[in-house]
Amino acid sequence: MEYYLQLFINGLVVGGIYSLVALGFVVIYKATKVVNFAQGEMVMVGAYVCFGLTVQLSIPFVWAFFMTLGFSVVLGLLVERLALRPLIGEAHICVIMVTIGLSSVLKSIVQLIWGTQIRVYPEVLPSTPVMIAGLPVAPVYIAAFALSGVLFGLFTLFFKYSRMGIAMRATAHDQQAAQSMGIGIRGIFALSWCIACVVSTVGGVILGNINGINSHLGVLGLKVFPAVILGGLDSLLGAALGGLIIGVLENVCDGLAKDLLGLGGFRDVAAFVVLVVILMIKPYGLFGTEEIERV
Amino acid sequence: MTDQTPAKDLLRVENLEVVYNDVVLVLKGLSLTVREGGITALLGANGAGKSSTLKAISGLLRSENGEVTAGSVVFDGAPIHTLAPERIVRQGVFQVMEGRRIFVDITVEENLRCGAHTRPRGEFAESLEKVYAYFPRLRERRKQLAGYMSGGEQQMLAIGRAVMARPRLLLLDEPSLGLAPLLVEEIFEIVTRINANEGVTVLLVEQNARAALSVSGHGYIMENGRIVMEGEAKGLLNNPDVQEFYLGMGHGGAKRSYRDVKHYRRRKRWLG
Repeated sequence: MEYYLQLFINGLVVGGIYSLVALGFVVIYKATKVVNFAQGEMVMVGAYVCFGLTVQLSIPFVWAFFMTLGFSVVLGLLVERLALRPLIGEAHICVIMVTIGLSSVLKSIVQLIWGTQIRVYPEVLPSTPVMIAGLPVAPVYIAAFALSGVLFGLFTLFFKYSRMGIAMRATAHDQQAAQSMGIGIRGIFALSWCIACVVSTVGGVILGNINGINSHLGVLGLKVFPAVILGGLDSLLGAALGGLIIGVLENVCDGLAKDLLGLGGFRDVAAFVVLVVILMIKPYGLFGTEEIERV
Repeated sequence: MTDQTPAKDLLRVENLEVVYNDVVLVLKGLSLTVREGGITALLGANGAGKSSTLKAISGLLRSENGEVTAGSVVFDGAPIHTLAPERIVRQGVFQVMEGRRIFVDITVEENLRCGAHTRPRGEFAESLEKVYAYFPRLRERRKQLAGYMSGGEQQMLAIGRAVMARPRLLLLDEPSLGLAPLLVEEIFEIVTRINANEGVTVLLVEQNARAALSVSGHGYIMENGRIVMEGEAKGLLNNPDVQEFYLGMGHGGAKRSYRDVKHYRRRKRWLG
């Protein structure tokens, strides 16, 4: 039993990271209807930049973290400006293809600079486990979970109450009508890419602190797909819960498969199996927008 | 509407030419002026180019692959036809688009917040009260998702968003579309009140010529991308051609022959 509880907690932490990355994904999808295949690579770039700053330039971690955030804002703006803005008004499929290209470019740049071997962050938090409900939990896990939670809360408030947040939701629904309100949609697109980059970067840094990073970190982007599709492509709450559910499910299923069937590697399949089942029952995902029909 | 002092021209559209997708010419040298403070009607049949005219003024043309290829739009003395739509809104020109274009999956009050996007935060509460005074029904529904409202309420919300933006020139595109006659009357009555109380100049595009002319001071009639007739609204209402072709009244009840129609078309071509 303790084994499964431990798996559950691991799943929550990993799921928290999925949720963050999923948040970035959903923000871009909502604002621009673009499915961003480079989301995982944005995580990787963030993780490597923070690694480079702390380890190679020996900047204290906290400073390096904030510098990385600054960098990710710039990266988001650059990506929007150079790769996406010239395509405004083109078919969505073109833009989606561009994000696939972008993922290759980002990955290659990282491999050029940092190579392909596994890199490990220095320990930032003490490694002595804290006891929670009789279970030992590493402080870095707690910090990771708390950080994802706080970020998620902040963004929820932002979208619910701030002027830009409401403008983003309006733009998501009808770009031309949003323009007629005086909302500058280019600014909204740039902002959504910035947000996506920032949350992915945070996800990457957390992951680096827990596991170490390598140049295949971008595969995480694929894991986020089940999470967002499960939650509904355009729902923030869906992204949060979808991420957590997928994180927990893949860990627990992996444990179960090892325990009962003696099978390894079930982790990567579990998420997608669940995804298929859920989509058969709820095609819009758990919280996705169904078309409103007036009666 | 004050007629004592000669009002200045708030908007001047001169020889405007608009092309869609580089080939389709929809406005062929259209000119009109809107005097400050009044309501000006722009009438015409389907496809005459009324909506394109409004979108050329508000800058929304570009998101539909449309382009102003000649002529100018001058608002309050300064040309605006090269500006981005958000800049034009900040200058004080606000378009209520055809078909209401409510943001259906956010609440009524959030829709109104979008209307106030370009305004300082301090005004918001006051503007909101104003909108709720014009449209008490919006207050009852302010926490509701806008998509669940009736067509009439959505039109009220669309106009309410415009009030939030405190424009100097309000472009209204077919506010009567798809509404019951009583509601149309109510909407037009509120538009005249907004015009009088807020000092907003209105350029009103309509198919419903009678309703539009009855609230307007001045009117333009366009066909095929040009203005074919203009004048005081009262004069237009009594003009036999307008009565025949836009108000659906025959001459003395007698059905006119096709020859007369052809005659009118020829004359119009001459005028246009």
